Amino acid sequence: MIDLHHAIVLGVLLFAVGLYGALRTTNAVRILMCIELMLNAVNLNFVSFARLAAVSGTAQAAVPGQVFAIFVMTVAAAEVAVGLAIILQIVRQRGVVHIDRINLLKG
Amino acid sequence: MTLLEKTMAAAALPPALLENIWLVPALPLASWVVITFFNRRLGERAAHVGTAAVLGSLVLAVAAFVGLLRIGHPVSSGGHWLTLGPVELRMGFTVDSLGAVMLLVVSIVSAAVHVYSVGYMHGDRRYQRYFGTLSLFTSAMLALVLADNFLLLLISWEVMGLCSYLLIGHWFEQAWPRMASMKAFMTTRVGDVAMMIGIWLLFTQTGTFNIADITRSAAEGHLGPAVITIAAVLLFAGAVGKSAQFPLHVWLPDAMAGPTPVSALIHAATMVAAGVYLVARSYGIFMHSAEAMLTVAVIGGFTALFAATIATVMTDFKKVLAYSTVSQLGYMMLGLGVGGFVAGVFHLVTHAFFKALLFLTSGSVSHAVGTFEIHEMGGLARKMKVTFWTFLAGAAALAGIPPLAGFWSKDEILLAVFGSGYHVLFWMAVATAFLTAYYMTRLTCLVFLGRPRDRHRYEHAHESPLSMTGPLVVLGALAVVAGLPGSAWMGHWLGHFLDFGHTLPGLSAAGHDAAAHAAHGAAGHGAAALVMPIAIGSAVLGILVGYAVYGLRLVRRESLIRAFRPIYTLFKNKYYVDELYQVVFVRPSVRLAEMCGIFDNRVIDGLVNGVGAVTVETSAAAGEFDNIVIDGAVNGLADGTVAAGRQLRRAHTGQVQSYMVALYAGAAVSLLALLWFLL
Repeated sequence: MIDLHHAIVLGVLLFAVGLYGALRTTNAVRILMCIELMLNAVNLNFVSFARLAAVSGTAQAAVPGQVFAIFVMTVAAAEVAVGLAIILQIVRQRGVVHIDRINLLKG
Repeated sequence: MTLLEKTMAAAALPPALLENIWLVPALPLASWVVITFFNRRLGERAAHVGTAAVLGSLVLAVAAFVGLLRIGHPVSSGGHWLTLGPVELRMGFTVDSLGAVMLLVVSIVSAAVHVYSVGYMHGDRRYQRYFGTLSLFTSAMLALVLADNFLLLLISWEVMGLCSYLLIGHWFEQAWPRMASMKAFMTTRVGDVAMMIGIWLLFTQTGTFNIADITRSAAEGHLGPAVITIAAVLLFAGAVGKSAQFPLHVWLPDAMAGPTPVSALIHAATMVAAGVYLVARSYGIFMHSAEAMLTVAVIGGFTALFAATIATVMTDFKKVLAYSTVSQLGYMMLGLGVGGFVAGVFHLVTHAFFKALLFLTSGSVSHAVGTFEIHEMGGLARKMKVTFWTFLAGAAALAGIPPLAGFWSKDEILLAVFGSGYHVLFWMAVATAFLTAYYMTRLTCLVFLGRPRDRHRYEHAHESPLSMTGPLVVLGALAVVAGLPGSAWMGHWLGHFLDFGHTLPGLSAAGHDAAAHAAHGAAGHGAAALVMPIAIGSAVLGILVGYAVYGLRLVRRESLIRAFRPIYTLFKNKYYVDELYQVVFVRPSVRLAEMCGIFDNRVIDGLVNGVGAVTVETSAAAGEFDNIVIDGAVNGLADGTVAAGRQLRRAHTGQVQSYMVALYAGAAVSLLALLWFLL
């Protein structure tokens, strides 16, 4: 039986993997993917707690968590679109995808 | 408008003009302002501004003269000027017969000189400045003859002195005009100081500067005889300086360094006559002191003869005329001094016209031949007809040939001197008349007659343009006819006019012009019958001697010089007056100045330099302190800030991930702290 604990532990693991990847790697695309991982870990928490609310209370109580999850997905999709576009431009302009080498504004 | 109304309007005009007589000097003053401020923009049009203003003054002066004739009494205008403690000063103008006559003379001569200058000064480097100063001078002279108080008179007097200085030094690039202008200014200053003291003395005694009031209190006996004598002699000292009388005559011959029209206007016709005018204007003071009158007469008579002797040996055209001017001014002083008020003023008027004319002809001649040295001229009558004939009219008028202007006025003076009973003065005046005729004949022969001595200069000679010959003709006509108003032919009209204006309150009461009246009266016919032949005889004799020597060459000039060697040398060196002044006044002044200079260099400069050195040392010490302590503190603070910044800079890598690490580390620590405190 999968219950709330499993979902939370999975969310924590996913978030930790995402955070680790975002901090350690220098490839901009990978960082973007890791950020997606972290967002989805959060989404998993949202829907898990929404389910908990629906089981212990009325079905109505599940609505905010689920709506939040959908919002996060929408925003994430937009973010990926914009982020990939920026990265694509940087690569085209400078031929570099590693963010530690993108330091134009450093004084 | 009916004829009646027109007549009435015309009749109302003269009083209105006479009450606003300030307009006459105001016009040239305005011209001076305009020329000074629009100097560059006007260019040579400045001459038109100046000439138009002076012609305007001339028209107003004629109108004022006619108006005064119609009204028949002096008109005063003016008002409160300022209050000094208990004293209220008033400024104002008076038009009386003396002032009106002077007004005409000044504006006519000034207008002629302005027109003449247009051609003469053409192309000059300081053309506008010249005309501006000429306008200012004209304004001051017109104000002087209209002034009703000694204060305004003194101001105009000094302004004229300034203009004279500026115009003598017009070509200040050369040393000669520069020195001459300084000499003129300083020599006249000697007289001016005495004159100021005299005016102050009169003010302290009467409490007013008004000439008519002072004259009245002198006539009513409010002033002590000693005060009157001292004040009159002090005033006369001013006149001696301005009118170049002995012993302050030295500046006038040197003043010829200025442009020739200036010599004609300022140093022959008007400004130098201001001294004579001053004596005439304050005659009501002079006539109450026999000593002062005698001083005037003796100085005048001596100067007349003294300067005439020098004029006989000068070889510079303008210098001859300059000494002649000094001599003639002495003549006027002599006339005034012996009681011939009308005679002195009359000679002032006629002399102004013919001497201005003579100077302008000398300018015309030098314009043609390029020199003033008369031994390089000769025979110019053939080349310069207008100049020659006008010169001849002026020379004959000066020599006293009847019926030209100078004859009548000179005759009046001789008559007055004869009537006064001073025989020495009379024979000095006769000798002067002889010498005057002699040196004018000499000048005429050397310049215009005979054979040209400098062929080259003669070849280049030509008659001057119309703007120069025009004024010559006008003044030439005046030199012929200006004597008539005062002559016996017109019943001594000028004398009656000067009397009718009541120029001198108290003068008629004292039996004005005792000598002249006696001469014209029944008892005086004998005197007139005696004096006139002497006057004509001395003039004719002078002309004959002059013509014999320089025209016919009966005697060689060189043998004449050899025969009179000591006298010739004395005359030629102007009686060594300049050398005497050089030794007595100039050199001690220079020596004193040098001693003051040494004191200044050693003591004063030593003190100043000492103070400077101490200051420099103190500043050096203060500078060290500033460099080390103050700057050290400031720089230390700055260095500390820079070092701290360099260390802090390391945290800012620019790498997003390192920021992110810090962010999540912070979030984790916060979370742990929250848990720690909550649980």
